[in-house]
Amino acid sequence: MKKVFGRTRTLRDTHTHYCPGCGHGIAHRLVAEVIDELGIRERTIGVAPIGCAVLAYYYWDLDICEAPHGRPPAVATGMKSVNPKNIVFTYQGDGDLAAIGFNETIHTANRGENITVIFINNAVYGMTGGQMAPTTLCGQVTATTPSGRNVKRYGHPIHVAELLANLPGVSFSSRVALSDIPNIMKTKQAIKKAFQVQMDGKGFSIVEILSPCPTYWRKTPVESLKFIKEKMVKTFPLGVFKECGKK
Amino acid sequence: MKSKAAKERKVLMCGNEVIGEAAVQAGCRHYFGYPITPQNELTAYMAKRMEEVGGVFLQSESELAAINMVLGASACGARAMTSSSSPGISLKQEGISYIAGMELPAVIVNVMRGGPGLGNISPSQSDYFQAVKGGGHGDYRIIVLAPSCSQELYDLTALAFDLADTYRNPVMILADGILGQMMEPVALRQINPKHVKKPWVLTGAKNRPGRRLCSLFLETGGLEKHNASLQEKYRRIKAKEVRCETYNISGAEVIAVAYGSSARLTKAAVKMAEERGIKAGYIKPITLWPFPEDVFIKEKDKNKKYLVVEMNEGQMVEDVERCVGDRKRVFFYGHAGGWIPQTEDIFKRIKKLA
Repeated sequence: MKKVFGRTRTLRDTHTHYCPGCGHGIAHRLVAEVIDELGIRERTIGVAPIGCAVLAYYYWDLDICEAPHGRPPAVATGMKSVNPKNIVFTYQGDGDLAAIGFNETIHTANRGENITVIFINNAVYGMTGGQMAPTTLCGQVTATTPSGRNVKRYGHPIHVAELLANLPGVSFSSRVALSDIPNIMKTKQAIKKAFQVQMDGKGFSIVEILSPCPTYWRKTPVESLKFIKEKMVKTFPLGVFKECGKK
Repeated sequence: MKSKAAKERKVLMCGNEVIGEAAVQAGCRHYFGYPITPQNELTAYMAKRMEEVGGVFLQSESELAAINMVLGASACGARAMTSSSSPGISLKQEGISYIAGMELPAVIVNVMRGGPGLGNISPSQSDYFQAVKGGGHGDYRIIVLAPSCSQELYDLTALAFDLADTYRNPVMILADGILGQMMEPVALRQINPKHVKKPWVLTGAKNRPGRRLCSLFLETGGLEKHNASLQEKYRRIKAKEVRCETYNISGAEVIAVAYGSSARLTKAAVKMAEERGIKAGYIKPITLWPFPEDVFIKEKDKNKKYLVVEMNEGQMVEDVERCVGDRKRVFFYGHAGGWIPQTEDIFKRIKKLA
């Protein structure tokens, strides 16, 4: 019988620890497929964040290093400086990238470090129990905003992809969503583009991925996908915010 | 052929620059730093020298970023260094804990200044506790080397890289503002970096499964096992790497104990005491961790008195008390806040104890 579908080389054969309906599994697979399609597994190094995806190395058969909370871009900068031929990427959540590590994010992007950032925006802190993230929607109920995010107290959600697109060091900045099959395919294209930008030596690339967290959105997996399509994209419009060569 | 003198030319250099040159000679090609006084000459020196030798210099956006750049460079096999002064070293502690937990080599220079808080930029030995007793979170140890002159800045910086690679462990150079700013002659001897195999380095998983470097151990018993293995390593370091300079311990009634800048002044005071017929000696720890415990423990004479001289309010004195085992015979002379002991005053205290 002809095999039409299988596990891509970079994915390990293991059980998932992620919750049912979580977006990490899809995002992990897309990253792995892109790495294999580009044929860069043997020179790729990943940086895992603090958050649910700290265990990314259970799933990717890659050289991977853990980083303190928010520091993956700094760790990646150090790595890339040793061997610029390595393809270096970070995989970070919204708390990691846009709260505790925003300084590292901004400066790494501004230096135009030739690395790729895969940014999972699920609007909550997943691992610690569903607290408010910098990307939590206005009015969204979380463990630390029981009456909903109050913009007078906490301001508005941070638009990472748009913000970074303003920096000359950034060559590619895009926001995509894991809300349905067409969008998942677009997500893969964006990830591929981001890695390609790095392979071409063009500088910093980031893909912001709107990703479901059914557990802390208190929704079913199906409701969660609907939430991305109907609510999340209104706050976080999808699209490419920057695509150019490094100036 | 170059003469030995040419190979070991003596030059007049600022202490901070001596550290930088030693690092370059020891094969350090990755330096990450953030400005802070009194260590800025080191950062500027590395900016210049890394350009000359084709290395990487990067002024980071913060101390947090700098230590994590060191983490990343080290994970990929480079001899990497960062430097700072007390408040900046506090910021690096998170990264140092991770580096220790992940068992990566790293060299961290602390040119100490006065604290707590912003303190001031005067020389101080305020960070002994932080350097020696942990600093960051978790059960870990870093090797702490305490130079007391420019030559030791050079020699111990070179040693730091070898020790870091050998033990896959962070090593700190604990200097102070006097040492960093002072100019004195130093022999730039040729350094032959120890080549340590690093089969754990991340290079991209070519023809092999992926490797991981982490300090997270969630499986049952995993973290306990990891800690046991770290402690075993620390025992090996304690057994092999204690360094210490002693003078006339057996003949002395009063033994002065000091490290770094205060050790220089203390040695002069001991000499002054001897010239006046007082039986005095000294112990100058060079490794603050591992602390030269045995020098104290093996001393059987229960009448000897110890005078610990520090540019702080009494930190190393606690280790001396622990090792001597009799607090009544351990005395302290020191102040914090930018105070520097005078030889005459140390001498007076030795005389009083004799």
